[in-house]
Amino acid sequence: MSLLKEPDFGTPERPGPARVSVEIDGMPVAVPEGTSVMRAAAQAGVDIPKLCATDSLEAFGSCRLCVVEIDGRRGTPASCTTPCADGMKVSTQTPKVEKLRQGVMELYISDHPLDCLTCPANGDCELQDMAGVVGLRQVRYGYEGENHLDAEKDTSNPYFDFDPSKCIACSRCVRACGEVQGTFALTIEGRGFDSKVSPGAGETFMDSECVSCGACVQACPTSTLQERSVVELGMPTRSVVTTCAYCGVGCSFKAELRGDELVRMVPYKDGGANEGHSCVKGRFAFGYATHPDRVLKPMVRDRITDPWREVEWDEAIGTVARRMREIQDRYGSSAVGAITSSRCTNEEVYVVQKMVRAAFGNNNLDTCARVCHSPTGYGLKQTFGESAGTQDFRSVAEADVIMVIGANPTDGHPVFASRMKRRLREGAKLIVVDPRRIDLVRSPHIEAQHHLQLRPSTNVAVVNAMAHVVVTEGLVDRSFVDQRCEGFDDWAEFIARPENSPEAVEEITGVPAEELRAAARLYAEAPNGAIYYGLGVTEHSQGSTMVMGMANLAMACGNIGRDGVGVNPLRGQNNVQGSCDMGSFPHELPGYRHVSDDAVRTVFENLWGGTLLAEPGLRIPNMFDAAIDGTFRGLFVHGEDIAQSDPNLQHVTAALEAMELVVVQDLFLNETAKFAHVFLPGASFLEKDGTFTNAERRINRVRAVMKPKTGKHEWQIVSEIATAMGYPMSYDHPSQIMDEIASVTPTFTGVSFEVLDKLGSVQWPCNEAAPEGTPIMHVDEFVRGKGKFVVTSYVPTNERSTRRFPLVLTTGRILSQYNVGAQTRRTGNVAWHPEDVLELHPHDAEDRGINDGDMVTLASRVGRTTLRAEISDRMPTGVVYTTFHHPVTGANVVTTENSDWATNCPEYKVTAVQVALARPDRHSDTEVTDNELVTVVD
Amino acid sequence: MTATVPSERRMANDIAANLGHLPGERAAEEIAGHIGRFWDPRMRTRLYEFVDAGADGLDPLVVAAVKLLR
Repeated sequence: MSLLKEPDFGTPERPGPARVSVEIDGMPVAVPEGTSVMRAAAQAGVDIPKLCATDSLEAFGSCRLCVVEIDGRRGTPASCTTPCADGMKVSTQTPKVEKLRQGVMELYISDHPLDCLTCPANGDCELQDMAGVVGLRQVRYGYEGENHLDAEKDTSNPYFDFDPSKCIACSRCVRACGEVQGTFALTIEGRGFDSKVSPGAGETFMDSECVSCGACVQACPTSTLQERSVVELGMPTRSVVTTCAYCGVGCSFKAELRGDELVRMVPYKDGGANEGHSCVKGRFAFGYATHPDRVLKPMVRDRITDPWREVEWDEAIGTVARRMREIQDRYGSSAVGAITSSRCTNEEVYVVQKMVRAAFGNNNLDTCARVCHSPTGYGLKQTFGESAGTQDFRSVAEADVIMVIGANPTDGHPVFASRMKRRLREGAKLIVVDPRRIDLVRSPHIEAQHHLQLRPSTNVAVVNAMAHVVVTEGLVDRSFVDQRCEGFDDWAEFIARPENSPEAVEEITGVPAEELRAAARLYAEAPNGAIYYGLGVTEHSQGSTMVMGMANLAMACGNIGRDGVGVNPLRGQNNVQGSCDMGSFPHELPGYRHVSDDAVRTVFENLWGGTLLAEPGLRIPNMFDAAIDGTFRGLFVHGEDIAQSDPNLQHVTAALEAMELVVVQDLFLNETAKFAHVFLPGASFLEKDGTFTNAERRINRVRAVMKPKTGKHEWQIVSEIATAMGYPMSYDHPSQIMDEIASVTPTFTGVSFEVLDKLGSVQWPCNEAAPEGTPIMHVDEFVRGKGKFVVTSYVPTNERSTRRFPLVLTTGRILSQYNVGAQTRRTGNVAWHPEDVLELHPHDAEDRGINDGDMVTLASRVGRTTLRAEISDRMPTGVVYTTFHHPVTGANVVTTENSDWATNCPEYKVTAVQVALARPDRHSDTEVTDNELVTVVD
Repeated sequence: MTATVPSERRMANDIAANLGHLPGERAAEEIAGHIGRFWDPRMRTRLYEFVDAGADGLDPLVVAAVKLLR
């Protein structure tokens, strides 16, 4: 398609019915109360000239270009700040306003470089457009007066430049940073002629609080804030609407190209998840897709110590098929399996699971959700009946109390965080449950009412204590519970026991009882209380229990089944929800149906042919154990880097070394590829055609911006492997795969590429009962009928701090990086995070003689690594924190085999560790002795 | 340095610790049900072998669950 430009109505939409009738230049139009004259005019098809107005921002009324005349009113009011009144008659083009507009434009242009033909924004500049619209033919003031033309450029940001000589001081960037992003990094410094946009207190963009979300660049009507890629490549000429491949928010973007060259990614206003906003990763960090490190040819080798040998696709596919079958012939059909990827499309994941079940003939299939949100799937299925979050993202705008548990949305899910922060600025209350003082606890215009700074591993004790308050203080929504739920009496008897009281658990959790009681009351008494959570909930030995504990709490307070409430997982990767939906777990077929269900298996057997196994297969950690035991010998790893992302890496690498065939499909030779025998080059998201499903169950189209650089689609490669193994699998187009998914999955029966192209996106369930999808789940009844209260006893983790390992390590992610960093480390984002660091409290640092920036050894009972210390009072004493974005650090060298009791999700968030100053003469992390580690606390 | 506790024993004990609050025989039934629904057959076989070898370090509820599973 040609370059897509969404209409700009000038001011935001107002909710409600269109009850106010006005006439714009004689044309009648009806709008909701509070709608601006500018927006009403745009709805009537009349574009009033504007510069400081855009419909993502509240009206500001500074440029005076949008003046109009209104019958019966004096003067020439700004149409952007004037609300419509019933019966109002507006004239947008009169000699008076035309003269005023020309005068305004003359002033702007008199202090603007006249370099339109060489300006990067040529053809995409609102100032240029408005000069044309108002009919500017002269500038009576000349160009020689005092001006800003020599103002210095700020090129500190890796992705965009700030050229103040082109600034018209409209404040759109400043307001976008505040209203849309919620960071408030920009301001207008000075007054009158000296007014200028300033990041922070006269800092550069890089040195300021700017998070590089791009909202200011998006809002800028001139070339003042301009993507560097546009400066270097020129203005794009065509757009392809697609979906971001980073986090589980699943933002829609316009990929804007010149020919086949991607110039920029611009957030799409009609994207259901993001509605025109973006973060630094989705907006700017796409350079990895064309990075020279990408491998584009298949490669094979006999042994992992051999050099790689480039081969043609036929040989690579044939090698995989032949060696998989050889292993099965020698060790049995269950000796091989696969891991699907949450970075791949639904269609790709579906064909991988089909290959495993139909061609491999087993259920040894798992997905990276095993190590992140598998407890969500288990816990929400048990309590609500469906393995998915309850709300759409828009719902947060109706929440009165927001409880964020074990999540750091401003870093992990920044575009959703911006929605949340907007609601918090409007007055919603905030409870943060996290050992670390995340940014949300206190940031511009936001302060959490309660920060429950619990000890790692005590989530369940905290949520039980909150529920104890609700039950014992008479805060239960009896009507909701009686009508909608079951199991309440047994649960209430358990939860009301004295051992679950805030006072009883204070010693365990470290959360003051009164603070916890106040937080529980705040949540329970809110008209709408919403829970949002992340891996700080799931990646624990009681991850599943905690998910059920939150579900119990929400049901007890009646906070399910409408806007503004719910239990909402913030998914880590772009298609975690989708990869789980597609039947990636070893016990479930697509649509979360157990493999032991004869009727369900029959559906698939009739479609696929053959007999499917009724027994569950191996989960990822079980695969590693079985590899070391010798019963599991062949693994297909689709787009994951288990040798960096999975816990207890020594165990993982020992397992990989023990296998006879490891096949890796990825963009890059990642850490896992070091143990691979076949490398199949993958396609970047810009080359994929299919769908992703985000954390709100929204199925979005992923459209190919360019052809696969490897010559093959990934679904095609997998189909050819299955075919070469003797199980013919063939599709002409990924839409056929989605049609097959829809034919066998009750929650997807209404989904097709055609429907998605027509509606933009849909949230499953999408079927006859809900042809346009289901934004809010469990509205009238739970998917399982009655919501089920589950008793959630607190069981302490087996991971204990000791004299040798007295600190607790917890891990997470930061804004600029994504997962194992394979993508973001190959972009300009390294400017913000060149290495993983260890955050530790000043007291813990002082006890160990560690200064900020020192290299330290981090050791647990399973491994050691070395990284740089960052002293931070974000951490409580006794708790340290790091990220796992850089393989050189290998944070998962120290994480352990402990896992969630129900799902085997690793307990990344709790590892007993010791930290010691690394000796400058030593660079190897293995050289620090046990005695040295113990000595630091003696 | 890798895990010294066999995985199946550790995982079974974790399940028992989390379902052990259930009354009477229900705990063993739920543990058996969970293992049956989520464990690969070779893992169950390994667990049975631990039980047959004396159930050293295994929660008694797991032993009861294994009886039901068999």
